[in-house]
Amino acid sequence: MTLAGLSLAYLRDRALNTALNVLLLTLGVATMVILVLFSAQLGERFERDARGIDLVVGAKGSPLQLILSSIYQVDVPTGNIPLSTVETLRSDPTVGAVIPLAQGDSFRGFRIVGTEPAYVEHYGGETAQGRLWQAPSEAVMGAEVARRTGAGLGQAFVGSHGMAGDGQAHEETPFRVVGVLAPTGTVLDRLILTSVESVWDVHGIAQASGHDEAHEHEHAAPAANASIRGDHGEAEVTALLVKYRSPLAAVRLPNFINRQTELQAAAPAVETARLLSLVGVGVDAARGFALLLILTSGLSIFVALYTALRQREADMALLRVMGARPVAIFGQILLEGLLLAAAGALLGVAVGHGVVALAAGAFDQLGDLGLSAFAFEPAEAWIVAGALAMGALAALIPAARVFGVDIADTLQHAS
Amino acid sequence: MLIQVEALTHRMGGRTVLDLPAFAIDRGEHTLLLGPSGSGKTTLINILTGLRTPSAGEVLIDGRPMSRLSAAERDDLRRRTIGLVFQTLRLVSALTVRQNLSLAQHLALGRDDAAEVERLIARVGLAHRADARPRQLSQGEAQRAAIARALCARPALIVADEPTSALDDANAAAMADLLLASAESNGATLLIATHDNRLRGRFPRTLELTPPKALAA
Repeated sequence: MTLAGLSLAYLRDRALNTALNVLLLTLGVATMVILVLFSAQLGERFERDARGIDLVVGAKGSPLQLILSSIYQVDVPTGNIPLSTVETLRSDPTVGAVIPLAQGDSFRGFRIVGTEPAYVEHYGGETAQGRLWQAPSEAVMGAEVARRTGAGLGQAFVGSHGMAGDGQAHEETPFRVVGVLAPTGTVLDRLILTSVESVWDVHGIAQASGHDEAHEHEHAAPAANASIRGDHGEAEVTALLVKYRSPLAAVRLPNFINRQTELQAAAPAVETARLLSLVGVGVDAARGFALLLILTSGLSIFVALYTALRQREADMALLRVMGARPVAIFGQILLEGLLLAAAGALLGVAVGHGVVALAAGAFDQLGDLGLSAFAFEPAEAWIVAGALAMGALAALIPAARVFGVDIADTLQHAS
Repeated sequence: MLIQVEALTHRMGGRTVLDLPAFAIDRGEHTLLLGPSGSGKTTLINILTGLRTPSAGEVLIDGRPMSRLSAAERDDLRRRTIGLVFQTLRLVSALTVRQNLSLAQHLALGRDDAAEVERLIARVGLAHRADARPRQLSQGEAQRAAIARALCARPALIVADEPTSALDDANAAAMADLLLASAESNGATLLIATHDNRLRGRFPRTLELTPPKALAA
């Protein structure tokens, strides 16, 4: 039996009190860890998906909705814009690249996006199997889509109208999987990509108009169920991702586009910052609450050690008589606080990651945002260090009492 | 000489609580320190073990000047030579009897000798109570455990303060026998401070303490 062992023995001796203190700290640390994981992973994800895209051009509506739908692929598109916009923008010397997106259909909840290979290149995507689309009706699956649907090369599937996967099926125009992308950790992983023309085919652009008429009533709420088919059957897309060639474009282009009646331009950086600042208020409030929990548990550890002190002073005197140096006893009590804090901190980290894993599994939206329970943030090390420091601090005052204990007095008055 | 005391006086709160002529105790000379309450027994024990510094006079333990050493040196001398058994405070509350002995051994000698711990537990007749917590023990059991705990440090001197006053006649006699026998078998010298007259005559030597005359003043 050593003094370190004695610390454990004291904690076991008041097991209920120890368990409650650990639980309190676990809750605080877990809340903190969950917040850190959410905000770090979402922030990083937001940043990664929007990197390199200077401007998004789409139909008039909410700029935030345009960014969410076209970059993060989470909201519904704002509407359609004429394909001719692509050429207009490409002819502008200040524009570096324009990537068209044609959205509106999905397969089992995964969006089918008509685009160009430049979209894959932009996110550094590479085919893990097969190749990129070439002919109409050929589709390439993102890594996550392939994993979750279990679809492989050669697999045929039909898209359904709308984003939720419960819309009308386009059974007459099935897709065929010709490639599967390697994981990129970006929005690409959750998409099914094909050519813009394929999406037109599905919706019968420049084909028999009967298909168009059948869809007409669905477009009463275009924002909720946007498709690439325009009211007059002309070629349209839902959004354009624009990269600038010259900084001059940032000054000129948004204004130029926003003056057009049909179009709006939104800067991902601005909208993402706005979104994060909105979410940030909630995150800050929750962080304050978590900090309060951790401080409460620190106070609780202090109270537990301090109230046990009456009995402990006698034990301290006895330990001194048994030959323990004051510094060693000081360390022994400090170790009790540290052990409590360590147990709470480690359990808290485990519970935090567990909750994130459960949440990512239970809510598809969180999984779609790329929330992972197995990524560790540097901030977590700080949380653990903070909890340990608090445990040591809570034990400091009770432990320091050992230096003031008069052995002879204490022994005489011990009962 | 194990204990050598030069004309010792101690004052607390302006009055003299101890005033002793010189005396010495040799190795193996088990001694009973007998006196009524207020005669300064506990004060003398605290001074002998270095827990108190006397107002005047000197104490040599195993040839070293306990009363003139620094606090750390006193702790060191006490750890190496003296085992203490108290009337009330006997064991560390959170540990079992066996763990108490093991900790005492570790603190005093810096090593673990499980066989020695078991031998001492058996020596005081607590083999069946080795895993009990202090609060589960009877007075007598706790006192015997405390004796075993003190022996763990292999001290040259065992100082016991009122080891029998909480016990009935039969137990008090048994405790005195146990103290003598276990001290003898471990090569330690006993110094027992008590007001318990039942112990009179059981020890080779008895020092009678009386309240200092200065009290009258």
